[in-house]
Amino acid sequence: MKSLEELKRIKEQTLKEMDLRQAKERGKVIVAMGTCGIAAGAKDALMAIIDELEKADVHDVKVVQSGCMGLCDKEPTVEVSMKDQPAVIYGDVNDANARRIVREHVQGGNVVADLVIKRENI
Amino acid sequence: MIRNQLLVCAGGACITSGEKSVKDVLVDELKKHGIEDEVQVIETGCMGACDLGPIVVVYPEGTFYQKVTVKNADLIVSEHLVKGRTVGELLYTEPTSEKKARTSGDIPFYTRQVKRVLRNCGAIDPLSIEEYIARDGYFALGKALEMTPDDIIQVLLDSGLRGRGGAGFPTGLKWKAAREANGSPKYVVCNGDEGDPGAFMDRSVLEGDPHSIIEAMAIAGHAIGAEKGYMYVRAEYPLAMERFEYAIGKAREYGFLGQSILGTGFNFDIEIRIGAGAFVCGEETALLRSIEGKRGTPSIKPPFPAQAGLWNKPTLINNVETYANIPQIITNGAEWFRSVGSTKSPGTKVFALAGNVQNTGLVEVPMGTTLRELIFDIGGGIPGGKKFKAAQTGGPSGGVITGDYLDMPIDFDTVKDIGTIMGSGGLIVLDEDSCMVDVAKFYLGFTVDESCGKCTPCREGTRQMYQMMERICDGKGRDGDIEKLSRLANVIEDTSLCGLGQSAPNPVLSTIRFYEDEYRAHIYEKKCPSHVCKHLLIYSIMPDKCVGCTACARQCPVDAITGEVKKTHMIDQSKCSKCGSCYEVCRFGAIRKE
Repeated sequence: MKSLEELKRIKEQTLKEMDLRQAKERGKVIVAMGTCGIAAGAKDALMAIIDELEKADVHDVKVVQSGCMGLCDKEPTVEVSMKDQPAVIYGDVNDANARRIVREHVQGGNVVADLVIKRENI
Repeated sequence: MIRNQLLVCAGGACITSGEKSVKDVLVDELKKHGIEDEVQVIETGCMGACDLGPIVVVYPEGTFYQKVTVKNADLIVSEHLVKGRTVGELLYTEPTSEKKARTSGDIPFYTRQVKRVLRNCGAIDPLSIEEYIARDGYFALGKALEMTPDDIIQVLLDSGLRGRGGAGFPTGLKWKAAREANGSPKYVVCNGDEGDPGAFMDRSVLEGDPHSIIEAMAIAGHAIGAEKGYMYVRAEYPLAMERFEYAIGKAREYGFLGQSILGTGFNFDIEIRIGAGAFVCGEETALLRSIEGKRGTPSIKPPFPAQAGLWNKPTLINNVETYANIPQIITNGAEWFRSVGSTKSPGTKVFALAGNVQNTGLVEVPMGTTLRELIFDIGGGIPGGKKFKAAQTGGPSGGVITGDYLDMPIDFDTVKDIGTIMGSGGLIVLDEDSCMVDVAKFYLGFTVDESCGKCTPCREGTRQMYQMMERICDGKGRDGDIEKLSRLANVIEDTSLCGLGQSAPNPVLSTIRFYEDEYRAHIYEKKCPSHVCKHLLIYSIMPDKCVGCTACARQCPVDAITGEVKKTHMIDQSKCSKCGSCYEVCRFGAIRKE
C-alpha cells in the first residue's frame, strides 16, 4: 500500500462485496419461495435477478424472499415494489423473464405489461 | 454469486452462549440444502445486545434473530433462506408492546443509540482489513500523514475529546505534552487493561474493530513523533489479543504499520504486551512498569508519563475507547465530533449496562443522556415489576446515582458533582431489593484484594474500612462507625499514592451520603432493610400459616427446626444458620424473613 488511490480501490471493491448489508432505499424485489415456487423454478428467477442487478451495477434495490403468495399456478411469482410506486406482481418468471423485469421495470421504470398478474391500487 | 449474508455475532457473550456451535449448524445446513455458494456466513464483533445472544442477522432483509440455539438454527436456513419465510419464534418480542421486531431498527435498545466508537462492531468482519477499509478505515491515517503534528493536535483540542478511561482529562492536552516533551525515542501506549467489574467496552472494540485502534495509534505516533507503540491488554482477554495480533499482521502486510507508511517516510509499529490481570495495572504508571517487565506498582506524578514514561522516555498513553474516537475525528473534523454530547463533554460514551435491568449489554449514547433514558428507554426498565433504587457507576472507584437524579444529564462533570465518577462506563442497575451497605462492601472488598500494597493508606486503610463494613453487615456495628468510616475514607483519599487508593473509599462515601439511614438501621437496629445481610435476618414460623408438613424441618441442614407432624413448627434461633432453605421449601408461606 503506497498511496491513497490504492486504498480507494480496495474500498470500492470491498463495498461491492458488502453490498447486501447496505441500506437499499430505492425499492425491493420479492421472490416467492414457497414449495410451489421453488418447484416451478423460483431459485433460478432469484439468482437471475441478483445476477442482472449486479451486471447493471444497481445497488439500491433489495432482493428478498417470501413465502408462497397463493398464486400457485402462476409460479414463480415476483413482486417489484419501487419507492413511491404501486407494487406489481409478475407471474411465470423464468430466467429470461426475470432479466427482462430487472431491465425494463427496475432500471427502465416501465412495467412489463405482458407478465403482470396484479397491480396494487388499480 | 452471493444472495444472502448471515452476520453471526462472535462477541465474547455470544460465544459463551454457544455461538460457535450455532455457526457450525448454519454452515452444515447451508451445505445440506446446497446453497453454501449463495449464502455467506460472517462472524462479527459484539452487536451489543448481549442478553439476546447468540444473535444472527440475515441480510439484505436485516432480519434480527436472537437467542438462536443449535436446536433451532436450522430453521434460519430451511425456512428463511430456502422458503423465504421469516422464523417468527426467533424474533425479538418487545416486552412492553409484545410486538415482534423484524430488524434491529424495530428494537428500542438499538434505535436510541448513536454508534461512533462501536460503529463497526457487529457490522464488519473484524478479521477483514478490507471491510474496515470499505468503512473508511485507514483514510484518517492517510489524511493525518498529510497534516502537520501540530494541526492534528489542534483538531483534537478543538474537538474537546476527553479521556474515556475514566478521569476525563482532555486528550489533546495529553498529546500536546507528549509532542512537546524532550527525549527520544518516544512511545505510544494503549491501555487495554479494562479492570472494572462488569465493564467490557474496550474488549468489544478490540474484538470487533481492532484496526480502528491500530490506525489511531499510528496517527498518535505521527503526532507526537514516536515510532513504537505498545498495546497493553489483559491476559483474560484471549480473543481480543488473538484478533488484535491478527490485525497487526494484516496492517503490516498492507503497509499501515512498518517502514515508510503510505510512502511518507513515517515508520511505526505496534507490539502487544499482556498484563496478568492486576487491577492496579490500569493505573498508567503501574501499567508502564508492567510493560517494562517490572512489578506493576504506581509511582508519584509528576513526572507524568508524557514527560517520563516508558523507560523514562516521553510516552503517550490513552484508553482503547479514546483511541477508537480518533480516526473519526480526523476524518470528520472537530465540529462533527462536538455535534453530539454536552458542551464540556462532547461525543458519545459507551456504557456496559448490567444488573437489575431488562436489556443488558453495550450501549453507546451521546454524553448528557439521562439515566432514565439509559435504564428505561434503552434498558427496558427493571425486571419483575421491581422499583429502581440506584445505579452504580465507575466500578470500585465510583459511587451511586439515586432515583432523584434519574433526569440529570450524565457526563464527566455532573456525575462528579454528586460524588461518583464516570469511570470506564460500567453501569450496574440496582433494584429495591439491593442493600447499599452490602453493595459498598462488595466494591471495597474488590479494592482490598487489588491494592498493590505499595502505600500504607491504601493497603492498610482499605482493609480497616472493610473490616468495619463486615462488622456492620454482621450485626456487630458500633455507635460512631459511620463517622469513623468517613474519617478514614477521607485520609485514604488524601494520602494514597495513586488513583486506586484515592478512589477506593468512593463506594462507601457515596452510599453513606445517600443511604445513611440504611447504615444506621444496620448499626443501631441490627436490621438490614433490604433483607440481604444474612446475619441480620431472622427466620421465624408463623403459627397461623404452618400446617406442620415437616418439609422445613427435613430441609434444615443444622436441625434448628422442631415440631411434630400436623403441629406448628419452631425455629431455634440459637441454632439457625440463616441459610434460607426453609423459606425456599415452604409451600404455605409460613416462614417469615425479617
